[in-house]
Amino acid sequence: MKIFFKIFLVFFLPNCFFGKQLNVGAGKPILSIKEAISKSNKGDSIFVYGGIYKEGNIIIDKPLSLFGIDYPVLDGQKKFEVLSIKANNVLVTGFKLQKSGMATLDDPGGIKVYDSKCVTICNNILDDNFFGIYLQYSKHCIIKNNKLIAYATEEQQIGNGIHCWKSDSLQIIENDVTGHRDGIYFEFVTNSIIWKNNSIKNIRYGLHFMFSNNDAYISNTFKNNGAGVAVMFTHKVKMINNIFEENWGDAAYGLMLKEISDSYIYGNQFKRNTTGIYMEGTNRIKVEKNNLQANGWGMKIQASCMDNEIKQNNFLNNTFDISTNGSVVLNNFDNNYWDKYEGYDLNKDKIGDIPYHPLSLFSIIVEKNPPAMLLFRSFMINLLDKSEKILPSLTPDNFIDNKPLMNAVTL
Amino acid sequence: MIEINQLHKSFGKLKVLNDINLTFSSGDCIALIGPNGCGKTTLIKSILGMVIPDKGNIKVNGKLISKDYQYREQIGYMPQIGRYPDNMTIGHIIEMIKDIRKTNQKLDEELLNQFLLKSMFDKRMRTLSGGTTQKVSATIAFLFNPNILILDEPTAGLDPLASEILKEKIITEKQKGKLILITSHLLSELDELISHVVFMNEGQVKFHKTIADLKDATGEQKISKAIANVLKSTIHE
Amino acid sequence: MNRIVKYIILDILKNKIVIIYTLLLSILSWSVFSLEDNSSKGMLTLLNVILLTVPLVSVIFSTIYLYNSSEFIELLLSQPIKRSKIWNSLFMGLVISLMLSFFIGVGIPILIYSPNDVGIMMLLVGIFISTIFVSIAFLSSILTRDKAKGIGISIILWLFFGLLFDGIVLFLLFQLSDYPIEKLMIGITALNPIDLARILILLHLDVSAMMGHTGAVFKEFFGTSLGIIIVFIILLLWIVIPYYASILKFKSKDL
Repeated sequence: MKIFFKIFLVFFLPNCFFGKQLNVGAGKPILSIKEAISKSNKGDSIFVYGGIYKEGNIIIDKPLSLFGIDYPVLDGQKKFEVLSIKANNVLVTGFKLQKSGMATLDDPGGIKVYDSKCVTICNNILDDNFFGIYLQYSKHCIIKNNKLIAYATEEQQIGNGIHCWKSDSLQIIENDVTGHRDGIYFEFVTNSIIWKNNSIKNIRYGLHFMFSNNDAYISNTFKNNGAGVAVMFTHKVKMINNIFEENWGDAAYGLMLKEISDSYIYGNQFKRNTTGIYMEGTNRIKVEKNNLQANGWGMKIQASCMDNEIKQNNFLNNTFDISTNGSVVLNNFDNNYWDKYEGYDLNKDKIGDIPYHPLSLFSIIVEKNPPAMLLFRSFMINLLDKSEKILPSLTPDNFIDNKPLMNAVTL
Repeated sequence: MIEINQLHKSFGKLKVLNDINLTFSSGDCIALIGPNGCGKTTLIKSILGMVIPDKGNIKVNGKLISKDYQYREQIGYMPQIGRYPDNMTIGHIIEMIKDIRKTNQKLDEELLNQFLLKSMFDKRMRTLSGGTTQKVSATIAFLFNPNILILDEPTAGLDPLASEILKEKIITEKQKGKLILITSHLLSELDELISHVVFMNEGQVKFHKTIADLKDATGEQKISKAIANVLKSTIHE
Repeated sequence: MNRIVKYIILDILKNKIVIIYTLLLSILSWSVFSLEDNSSKGMLTLLNVILLTVPLVSVIFSTIYLYNSSEFIELLLSQPIKRSKIWNSLFMGLVISLMLSFFIGVGIPILIYSPNDVGIMMLLVGIFISTIFVSIAFLSSILTRDKAKGIGISIILWLFFGLLFDGIVLFLLFQLSDYPIEKLMIGITALNPIDLARILILLHLDVSAMMGHTGAVFKEFFGTSLGIIIVFIILLLWIVIPYYASILKFKSKDL
């Protein structure tokens, strides 16, 4: 009986699930993908063999699986949206999609998913498209292991890498995005996960995240993007084990948080950013066990932030560890490790015996009057800072770590 | 050889030189004397071009010295206090001045030998005593056979032996027909050397006489006494 | 180079203060580079050191040296030599020997740890700053006969350029914070060679990104090769003007 069942699985199941198989390519029964789609039925599989296909806009309007063999090239000739998916249960894998049209009105993409569910886009290469992968009104989609490259030099010339709008339950996994405006863009996207992506050298943000609640992004690398990562107008986001690196420039951040609440930032690395974490209007955020290292400012926390808890983070080698623009402090900074801490620990409980004031006078001056940065490394400024350390008078005296750690937290 | 005409100089309100007219010729050995602050040093410095006069002029060998520096080839100067850069050696200093003078003439190394300086050529100036430093200054002044020698308190700080050597040297040079100008306040020391006396006070030349005239006028044999006599008489006037 | 310069240099290089200065600079630079994990941070720390100690030592050492040389200058003046040549020789002697100290103390570590354009620029800036403060020392020591006063003037000038000037700048920044003062600030920094040097180097290190809008305006000026040339011309003026004033005064000075 078992053997029959196995035979059934091997021989009949594929036909049940994939329907029939259509082959497209030079020397194959069908020469164009459009033709194959029109000839196919729901649930069929289309195998596209290597070659260049310049077919304009290819629309998938029924549940199909498209398999690229040897990375067939779908070329939009800089005029068309390459692939439009307007049906549920579509799989697109193994293609190279290139040169989509450029238009700011209808945002053509390499692959665009319209109002669909359960679409899987994986193992594709997207080269030189306006938008890379564009999802709108979609649910339960998986975008996995795609490589997106674009070559623009200015924001206006290019769309986002993976652009998700008004969608739900997405999984964005292991994609590499480079050279787009925003590497990954989320607006009104809920209950989704962004995992193990590399978003590097994009013109604006590595990740742009707005009005998207209950999402998580984990173990991603955001490196060398124009302005870092922006997370705005959102609540209940989990940001875990990501690397924010070398987002260095006039207005660049490792992570910018604006109007965020009830979120959790854990185990991230912020290295060599102009500002490691920038917080504005954030509430009830827990920032825990992160490494903030070699940034210009480790953390800029504006006076509009309340009830945030910043603990067990390592502040190493930053020019300024913390800066703020107000004098009222409504956040808790206990239990962090500050490499500039000069206190002692007599009772050996690994907690410094005297509290630490992480705000330097100069950081306050600069916050109030940014051009004062001109005096950076001036002898006078060093003197002012030293005297302020000894006799705090201008820095808010409740901006304090009451229990500074003596040793860095191991992550 | 040296002609000073209507020389005026003031430092601020203080008149240091007031209408000085003097002529010195070769073969003279002149003692420039007077109380402290009478303008002796300023006069010497004017001749050397270190002090720039307000009015009047100085001619050396008939040539105006203002805007000239070559005339100093003919002058050997020994300052009252010689101070040299700490870490230069005697050898360096002499070497350097030789280079400035660029002379092909045979050097007069008599003092160099008599003061036994050659053995100390590598000593740094910092380590030398005041007397040795003066010996160096004296050596430099005589080294290039200058026609004019200006010596500011030459024997001050020298030990008696060195002092005697220097005096001998001055006499030999005088006999060669050189013009020698010495300032000193220890009059007795100069007895055997000088031919003329210039007495200055408050920026003015009170008198300029030969020793013979001076002795005749006062009837004193010792110069110091003769001068003291003259001074008394001028004060009584 | 004439003999006077040569012997002055030999004299200065054997001076204890100069030897200590050279040692101090090299200890500082080597330790800065070996302690900081990246050379850009090292350069920043080193910049601090250079802008503090180099002007201080240059200006005070030169002033004292000049006063101590007054008898030596007299001796030289009694020789057939032009006044300007004496002054030039002293200047060259001081500048070359202090430059040499700087090069041995700071230049060699920079060339080893950070042999890039910022490193070269730092070296140039250090050399210029040394020379500028020697030049300022020449001016302040010719202004008065009194050694104590002269040294006082030098210390005050150093304090002014190193410390007080920045206080004034900070004050101006706050007073005029409502106006677009960036361009004005570029002009004002030209009035202080230390600030000029500091900002020039800062803008070529990656901390420039932290300067925001002002940084951008400054970078527009200092970042271009024309800007760098202008900066070095201004630094050159800072050498030439005080020195020229001092030599004019020296030519007619009574010694």
